[in-house]
Amino acid sequence: MKKGRFGNYGGQYIPETLMKAVQEIEEAYEFFKNDPDFINELDSLLKNYAGRPSLLYYAEKMTRNLGGAKIYLKREDLNHTGSHKINNVLGQVLLARRMGKTRVIAETGAGQHGVATATVAALLDMECEIFMGREDTERQALNVFRMELLGAKVHPVTSGTMTLKDAVNETMREWSSRMKDTFYVLGSVMGPHPFPTIVRDFQKIIGKEIKEQILFAEGKLPDVVIACVGGGSNAMGAFYEFINDSSVKLIGCEAAGLGINTSKNAATIANGTVGVFHGMKSYFCQDLYGQISPVYSISAGLDYPGIGPEHAQLYDTGRAQYVPVTDDEAVNAFEYLSRTEGIIPAIESAHAVAHAMKLAPLLKDQIIVVNLSGRGDKDVASIARYKGVSVYE
Amino acid sequence: MSKITEAFKGKKAFIPFITGGDPDIDTTEKLIIAMAQAGADLIEIGIPFSDPVAEGTVIQEANQRALEAGCTTDVLFDMVQRVRLKTDVPLLFMTYLNPVYTYGKENFLSRCAECGIDGIIVPDMPFEEKDELDTLCMNYKIDLISMLAPTSEERIALIAKEATGFIYCVSSLGVTGVRSNISAEIGHTIDKVRKITDIPCAIGFGISTPQQAKSLAELSDGIIVGSAIVKLIAKYGRDCVEPVIEYVESMKNAIEHFK
Ligand SMILES: Cc1ncc(COP(=O)(O)O)c(C=O)c1O
Repeated sequence: MKKGRFGNYGGQYIPETLMKAVQEIEEAYEFFKNDPDFINELDSLLKNYAGRPSLLYYAEKMTRNLGGAKIYLKREDLNHTGSHKINNVLGQVLLARRMGKTRVIAETGAGQHGVATATVAALLDMECEIFMGREDTERQALNVFRMELLGAKVHPVTSGTMTLKDAVNETMREWSSRMKDTFYVLGSVMGPHPFPTIVRDFQKIIGKEIKEQILFAEGKLPDVVIACVGGGSNAMGAFYEFINDSSVKLIGCEAAGLGINTSKNAATIANGTVGVFHGMKSYFCQDLYGQISPVYSISAGLDYPGIGPEHAQLYDTGRAQYVPVTDDEAVNAFEYLSRTEGIIPAIESAHAVAHAMKLAPLLKDQIIVVNLSGRGDKDVASIARYKGVSVYE
Repeated sequence: MSKITEAFKGKKAFIPFITGGDPDIDTTEKLIIAMAQAGADLIEIGIPFSDPVAEGTVIQEANQRALEAGCTTDVLFDMVQRVRLKTDVPLLFMTYLNPVYTYGKENFLSRCAECGIDGIIVPDMPFEEKDELDTLCMNYKIDLISMLAPTSEERIALIAKEATGFIYCVSSLGVTGVRSNISAEIGHTIDKVRKITDIPCAIGFGISTPQQAKSLAELSDGIIVGSAIVKLIAKYGRDCVEPVIEYVESMKNAIEHFK
């Protein structure tokens, strides 16, 4: 059995130069994940710094308004830095420090992973450099300044499509030139082994908490857990605890952009085929010759042509289902949740909310948990632009 | 002994790299034939890829140009078939795994064999994943070239033992691209390989000047040069054949005296 496989997917498809670096991480992680000191330090930061456990909020008005399933929102938006990304970053940067690294680098799409990495780097006295597609630095300008405030250096990436996949390319290139003191904090359940496993392990606390909280509130498991999927970390975090609970439906929401039948989407499961890219075997949006497709979504965090290998397996086995959600549907859900519950979701998370809105009326007496992976403050300006409203930041 | 290994016999090999289809497929065809005449001992042809993660900006841009000019894997196969009528210089494809995987691994290698490709280099397929292609390569008599990097250390023996054709020794950390300083450190890697097998070792990444070629040829069996040539192609476009040939001759001369 080869390492880091999820069925046929995963693996370590990276240049020889990087093999030593990923093997070092794998070794360190295998040790520290069982080290009581490490576990305590992480638990304490998750509690006292990130603000865990995050709330499981019963969205009563939304439930009444949609007139079907009971809807709960897992409030990852309330974490410090405003998204689930901090869970993974705290884990990885602590690991990096234990490994004696003094510098962290990361890619970012929406900027949330970059902000989380810059934040924890500031806290733990690490040097920090973030790679972000130039297009994303424009649509998420506020997050760029946020990272700089936190002491990070932000590199706009101008190669390729200038979005998330290119940011990953550039971070890998940087890492291959400097590994001795540098740790690549990967932002999702993707990349070469051991990242998909490490990131999932650091995110699975989401599902663990959901289970405890829903059992406390309702005395039973939810019927459906819904999350948006970019690389798939918040979804994997929410799903993992429920994989063996076969009564719980797991649904990932992909970015369908202008529609899955247009050339402007990032719906990897709907439109992708199996390939090998960014260190992993999985599904990718690509052409017949294996050229990675330029993808599009209003949401910078979902604007990625691949999906983590564990999701690829969950899809193949039918354990999870993946559905496309368009820009329009996501923006509608963004506004709906803001007005109905007074919660402005990240545009990424709004993709999951949109699907819950479709599903809830059909599922009377059932329970839906939506993973609200982040808050929407970062998106306010771009939603205004989308609606043709001029705002002065 | 494979045709590739043979090409190192009794001399230091000079191995130029170009991105296939940059600036167009006809120029690539002319370049291959002319470089073979100018003394290239093996020639590496890059299959352009949308996201060449191991490449620096020079070769990234060449990939972009080639794709924009309409180069595909099939266009390259057809070109190789034409080239084979005019030269028998050993030819290698340098390709990321995804174009191979998507083409169909068996389809890809059978086309390679049919067209006269002698070996392939897959920079994002390390030792741990080489079973994706190694059996197929063996069946179709295509050498699967292994890479060693400055970070390989305790992996050297593992990799060298199963290497075929030659070993591609990466001179420096980081991605491809011209470097002003190349450490002689890679010599130690080659010394370790020599204790295990007599397979030829060629050094690549960063080499551009005859001086560098000369001193690195002293440590190895051959020299691979990519970005420096691709830069000339970027500069001269369709008129690149002459300046590239001049350059290939100068590099070949620099390592010639080791014969
Ligand atoms: C709030 C939020 N949700 C979701 C995502 C998508 O990432 P993943 O699929 O790894 O959860 C991002 C990525 O930037 C994000 O910022």
